[in-house]
Amino acid sequence: MRDDLRDLYQEVILDHNKRPRNFGKLDGANRHAEGYNPLCGDRLTVYLDLQGDTIRDIRFEGSGCAISKASASMMTSALKGKTVGEAEDTFHRFHRMVTEEGSSDAESLGKLAAFSGVREFPVRVKCASLPWHTLDAALKSEAPASISTE
Amino acid sequence: MSESVIAPAASVSRFDVEKVRLDFPILHQKVHGKPLVYLDNAATTQKPRAVIDATTRYYEQDNANIHRGVHLLSERATRAYEEAREKLARFLNAPDPRNIVFTRNSTEGINLVAQSFGRKTVGPGDEIVLSEIEHHSNIVPWQMLAEEKGARLRVIPIDDRGDLILEAYESLLSDRTKLVAVTHMSNALGTIPPVEKIISIAHARGIPVLVDGSQAAYHRAVDLKALDCDFYVVTGHKLYGPTGIGALYGKREHLEAMPPWQGGGDMIRSVSFEKTTWNDVPFKFEAGTPNIAGGIGLAAALDYLRSLGMDAIATHEREILDYATRRLSEIDGLAIVGTAREKASVLSFVLDGIHPHDTGTILDREGIAVRTGHHCAQPVMDRFGIPATVRASFALYNTKEEVDALADGIRKAQELLG
Repeated sequence: MRDDLRDLYQEVILDHNKRPRNFGKLDGANRHAEGYNPLCGDRLTVYLDLQGDTIRDIRFEGSGCAISKASASMMTSALKGKTVGEAEDTFHRFHRMVTEEGSSDAESLGKLAAFSGVREFPVRVKCASLPWHTLDAALKSEAPASISTE
Repeated sequence: MSESVIAPAASVSRFDVEKVRLDFPILHQKVHGKPLVYLDNAATTQKPRAVIDATTRYYEQDNANIHRGVHLLSERATRAYEEAREKLARFLNAPDPRNIVFTRNSTEGINLVAQSFGRKTVGPGDEIVLSEIEHHSNIVPWQMLAEEKGARLRVIPIDDRGDLILEAYESLLSDRTKLVAVTHMSNALGTIPPVEKIISIAHARGIPVLVDGSQAAYHRAVDLKALDCDFYVVTGHKLYGPTGIGALYGKREHLEAMPPWQGGGDMIRSVSFEKTTWNDVPFKFEAGTPNIAGGIGLAAALDYLRSLGMDAIATHEREILDYATRRLSEIDGLAIVGTAREKASVLSFVLDGIHPHDTGTILDREGIAVRTGHHCAQPVMDRFGIPATVRASFALYNTKEEVDALADGIRKAQELLG
């Protein structure tokens, strides 16, 4: 198998694709947003239980490619218990990692560094970032929100 | 218009795909270090050398605006552009070049009919009948018209194979039906609906029919005299010609009765600030300087297709589709979407547990270009309860070896992601 494909589809990504964590509707969520990528039909909803400044719980549901599903799964794992500020900071670093050549953000992103290979696949960047954009929309809005990456 | 003589040898000689491939410069390259296997032909086909050369020659030797200059270059450009119209009329077996209106693509042709013919004939409570396998371009223009006029769309359903259910079609027709608009071939499933029957049933009730020939016209010979539809649209870039040139065929009586839809130069006979009189059909519908180079490139493409013979092309593609259907059916966990009784050159499929987009990325790294997604036919995806498919679509230059490469690529995707 080609190295760039192995970099894209790392074991941890394949694992989260097959067994997504925090998958399913979150009862008692006080924030949620829908994300849609019309290019590939990826569609997901991110649910948040926000208590003050803290993400007490976070789940997602929907359907999508391996990259978007794993990204959503690993995002929810990484952000549970974090503050809104920390979540936004992680989003910015993640976004830089998957879009900017020579970004050093992977080092500070822990398991999320698995997505650094996405940078070599420009059309797949949207797949990896869709859950994060959706999270951002959920954090920023009181009312149910819908966002699109196109 | 004089009918040109075709050498009979063209139709009887064996179709030599390896020789044909030499006519397409783009095919001879590597992608990600692998030989390019181009299987996204339903999106656009590659261009033979003859088309590239004709376009270059036009810009190098004949470039001028058409229909007005008295100088030699304008005369040459005008002649070449009008010859393209004649060639397209002959290619589609239309009664006369004046039936052919040049457009940017088939989408524009459909919008022209919706905005000109449709606005004139469709009123509140009227109905337009479409099918479930239409491309968005044969849905949205009618939706816009229906919204404006208070009319509504009725949809011919398909069965699990992707065939249109004709009994349902007949029951949809009524006195309110002002137009039937159907595809000649589904871009997502490959289905070839029985358009002859659809047309004759509509005509028996005096209902005009538009046929979207975007997909069908580059896979098989089209005979508009026999088909007898009221409108037919094609797009040049799928006919191995350039992008930005397409055509609308319309029956003379419709084109004469329809109002222009865009105003500007070339579509008028005389202009004053009080009154403007329209030019003759088809120029009435061709406002502004057209895509002259595109028309000339398209003419070269049609010459090329004629030299190979549409029947020979159809036979070759049939072989490739049959072979691909057989090879892909052997793969465990693969389901073909779209198994209509009559279909051509499109193989849509899904893999168990693997999203089409991931398959597309892995195939791309193997040098194989396929389309993944909803193929601008979301109602079809909804019908089969899937968000997307992988679509391999074939053209005259594809080979069995390329099908083998596709099958190997799919197995690699399964190994990696299954």
